[in-house]
Amino acid sequence: MTGIWVAVLATAAGCYALKLAGLIVPRGVLGNPRVRRFAELVPIALLAALVAVQTFAAGQSLTIDPARLAGLGAAVAALLLRAPFLVVIVVTAGTAAVLRALGVA
Amino acid sequence: MTDVDDRPAQETRARPVRNGVALGLAVGVSGIAFGAAAVGSGMTVAQACALSLFAFTGASQFALAGAVAAGGSLIGGAAGAILLGSRNALYGLRLADLLPRRGARKLVAAHGVIDETTAVSLAQPDAAAARLGFLATFVTIYVVWNLTTLIGAFGAGRLGSPQALGIDVVGPAAFLALIWPRLRAGRTERAVGLAGAVIALAATPFLPTGVPVILAATAAVAGAVLSPAQDAPPVSRQPGSPQPGPALSDSPQPGPAQAGSRQSGSAQPEVP
Repeated sequence: MTGIWVAVLATAAGCYALKLAGLIVPRGVLGNPRVRRFAELVPIALLAALVAVQTFAAGQSLTIDPARLAGLGAAVAALLLRAPFLVVIVVTAGTAAVLRALGVA
Repeated sequence: MTDVDDRPAQETRARPVRNGVALGLAVGVSGIAFGAAAVGSGMTVAQACALSLFAFTGASQFALAGAVAAGGSLIGGAAGAILLGSRNALYGLRLADLLPRRGARKLVAAHGVIDETTAVSLAQPDAAAARLGFLATFVTIYVVWNLTTLIGAFGAGRLGSPQALGIDVVGPAAFLALIWPRLRAGRTERAVGLAGAVIALAATPFLPTGVPVILAATAAVAGAVLSPAQDAPPVSRQPGSPQPGPALSDSPQPGPAQAGSRQSGSAQPEVP
C-alpha cells in the first residue's frame, strides 16, 4: 500500500514537472522535426502497448481471456460507430460483465 | 451555432468560455471510468483522488492504475505513466506565450496544460480569447474530473468485484478510445501503434511487468526517424473522434493566438 502511494506521488510529481517544463524550456528545443514527431508518436506507441498488455498479459505470461477480448471487440465496434468516450467504456465493461455472468467466458 | 457578427465584442468573450465549458463537461465526466478502474485495480479511493487532483492527466492516470492491477513493478508503472505525460510538455511550449509569465499564477496554469485546454486555446482567434478559453476549460474539467473520479471510486467499491463488472477491461478500452483519432490520422500512426503493441507483447515473458510498455517507446523513435514532422502539420480534429467536442465546431481557424507556435502538431481533445 505504501508502494502504491509512492508510485501515485511520483507520477503526480513527474506529470506536473513535465507540464511546467514546457512553459519554462527555451524555445527551439522542439525545432527539430524528429523530436517533435517523437513527442507526437510516443503516446500512440505507449497506449497501444498498454492495450495489448492489459488485454493479453497476466503477469509475465500471455493468456487469452475471452470476456476481455469480447469487451475490447465491443469497444472497437462502438468506436467505429463514433460513440462518445463514456458509451465506449460502458459497452466494453457491459459486454465483459454479461459474458462472465452467463458463464460463457 | 448562430452567427453573431453584430456582437463581435461580446461573442469574443462568450465563445471561448462556451467552448471550454462544453468540452470540460463532456470530457470531465470520464473521471467516473478512471475512479472505477483505479479502485478496481487495487488503489484506495484516496489514491485515485490524489492522482486526479495532482497528476491530472488521464492517460497517465489510467496507466498507473493498470500497473497496479498487473501487480508488477510500480517503479516501471510510474515511469510509463510519466512518459505518457511527456506530450503535455509539448503543449506547454505552444502555450507559454499565452499563459502567465511568472509567479504563482504560472505554477497554477502549468497544472492545466493538457490536451483539452491546448485544443480550446489554440482554436481561439486572439490571445485574450485563448487565455479565457484556457481558463474556462481548465476550471470546468478540473472540477468535473475530480468529482466524477470520487463518484466512480466509491461506486466501484460498493457494486461488487471489478472482474464481474468488467472493470478490468475499462483500462484497455479507454486507451484504445484515446488513440483512436490518432490512429485514423495516418499510416505512420497506425504502424507505430501496431509496433508498440507487438514489442510490448513480445517482451512481456522476459521483462518485469511495466518495462515492456516503456520499451514500446522505441516504436515512436523509429516512426520519428522515418517520418519526421512536416513544417505545418494539419490541426486534426477527426470527425470520428470519440470525444464529441461540439465546443470546437464553431471555432474559426486558428489565428493570432497561434502565431508564436507555428510548429504546432495536432492538439486533440481527449481525456485530460
